[in-house]
Amino acid sequence: MTHNESMTIAPILEVKSISKFFGSVIALHDVSMFVRPGEVTCLLGDNGAGKSTLIKTLAGVHKPTEGEYFFEGKPVDFNSPRDALEHGIATVYQDLAMIPLMSIWRNFFLGSEPTKGVPPLRRFDVSHAKQVTREEMAKMGIDIRNPDQPVGTLSGGERQSVAIARAVYFGAKVLILDEPTAALGVKQAGVVLRYILQAKQRGIGVIFITHNPHHAYPVGDHFVILRRGTIYGDYAKADVPLEQLVSMMAGGADLEALSHELASASRTDTGRAAEELAEAAQAYHATAVEAAEGATQDE
Amino acid sequence: MTTTEEAPAPPETADERVRRVGGLANLMTRPEIGALAALVLVWVFFAIVAFDNNFVSMAATASILNRAAPLGILAVAVALLMIAGEFDLSVGSIIGFAGIAIMLMVTPGSAGGFGLALGPAIVIALLITLAAGLFNGILVVTTKLPSFIITLGGLFIFRGLATAAARIRTARTQLGGFGDVPGFDILNALLGQKIDIFGAAFDIAILWWIGLTALATWVLLRTKVGNWIYGVGGDTNASRNVGVPVNRLVVSLFVLTAFAAFLVALIQVTQFGGADSLRGEQQEFNAIIAAVVGGVLLTGGYGSVVGAAAGALIFALVQQGITITGVDADWFKVFVGAILVLAVIFNNYIRQRAQKR
Repeated sequence: MTHNESMTIAPILEVKSISKFFGSVIALHDVSMFVRPGEVTCLLGDNGAGKSTLIKTLAGVHKPTEGEYFFEGKPVDFNSPRDALEHGIATVYQDLAMIPLMSIWRNFFLGSEPTKGVPPLRRFDVSHAKQVTREEMAKMGIDIRNPDQPVGTLSGGERQSVAIARAVYFGAKVLILDEPTAALGVKQAGVVLRYILQAKQRGIGVIFITHNPHHAYPVGDHFVILRRGTIYGDYAKADVPLEQLVSMMAGGADLEALSHELASASRTDTGRAAEELAEAAQAYHATAVEAAEGATQDE
Repeated sequence: MTTTEEAPAPPETADERVRRVGGLANLMTRPEIGALAALVLVWVFFAIVAFDNNFVSMAATASILNRAAPLGILAVAVALLMIAGEFDLSVGSIIGFAGIAIMLMVTPGSAGGFGLALGPAIVIALLITLAAGLFNGILVVTTKLPSFIITLGGLFIFRGLATAAARIRTARTQLGGFGDVPGFDILNALLGQKIDIFGAAFDIAILWWIGLTALATWVLLRTKVGNWIYGVGGDTNASRNVGVPVNRLVVSLFVLTAFAAFLVALIQVTQFGGADSLRGEQQEFNAIIAAVVGGVLLTGGYGSVVGAAAGALIFALVQQGITITGVDADWFKVFVGAILVLAVIFNNYIRQRAQKR
């Protein structure tokens, strides 16, 4: 392990040697990872690597078949996402974060509604909810004229921002973000990355799940690479350049084979299109890194 | 960050997409707006067509509201359940089941009943009926099967149980004599009496209907539980993930639906002085129609109780209008079916607008 130099801060969330089996399927095997307060742990892995299972285990949806789960140094055993939430572990899911037909303020407070009055007249404090929603979104640079607007009318980045703002507002100590940038354009992804850094600066431990190393690298403090249900490696940022991260994530050998294939294709006439494609991909990559770096510098 | 970010006034270079949502568009996204418009249209239609048949009169109005009240009470609970994304096809059967339960409890032992006093009889019958709702809810939550299928089973189970229990105990499926039970007068004053206004007899059940609609509207729009109902209907998983007690909520709503069926049964037992195991037939569909016509989405997550009340009223208007004009009653079904399909098409359009700005 390469992160021993910052031993001074204890991890806020840590799992040790957890495994999860679904019948005969081994979804996770001997996985250990942690996040410290004020740090971003990036969880990288290709499709099918076991990211979703790991997130759901951390979020309290699944119980690990084997292994231990520590929160603030104490062993915990979550029976439901609500359990985890009560400890301050908030999870923002990629596609399930928001309910499109519900208004922004209803979404914002779903499951944690502020109330006023005494039973049986205890009621949802609607005006407070609307006001807080408007304020919190304004802090993120999104102007909500009408909090009654259905969330379905917001863009993908705005929805993710609402979800992150919600988790931060409710005092999350650990924020688990499931591919928040996956479906977003370059600019919107930059917006979301900026909020990850904001959350980190507030002392929140962030677990940022992604399969895009270019999004992970600018914000991450250390990188856990998950492959085929096990931990492939856990690297501090200082120890691993971006190129190496990309290569490790995809599986070095596979990527090499792919680049050979592309190179040989570009040598032929029909390969011109492939060449153009490769150039376009490179250009896209450059803008993505720029945007991400821009987001970093903005802080 | 703490000082620089504290600018509550949003910048004037606001997102232009936010502004475009005008007042009319907002009004159009209210779930009950279609039903209220349809209500006015249908009333005007019959007011013109059936004017000579005294459609616009106190007596006809009382008749319409008296028809709408039991369906409306049922539709309140059914609408909440449907907004939460579930169905209850057994609610009509539970009306018959509850009615028989009440009557079996009060019928003297010599006639095959249990001969209980009115108070304990009602409490026990209520508990049995709520258990039916609990059965539906727990089965739906534990099996994770569509509630459509579970409660379709319930539709037959509870109707069959009501008929079988009545026949085994009393050898009949219609039980009378409720008016002779001591304490009936109090119950009648609460649930069964008619109130005379300008010579027309209005059922007191109308007040129950209005009260429950108001209460349910308040719960839906202004309480935590109401927010959960919308959330669970919109996306069960997302709601569970943010900590909404989904299973508890769904089971409670099934119990609430059974409670509404019990209340309707008790009102009818009081009004008619007895129960029939076949009472409430097709009311499950009528309640669903009222809810859907009232703007509740079949897929859940959207709708209102006021809309469902308007739906029940439209149902009763059409029924009364067809009856009063002397048109063959077969046309009633055609009319209701057409209104249902139109309402769903309209709702679908509204929902797509709401989702895509």
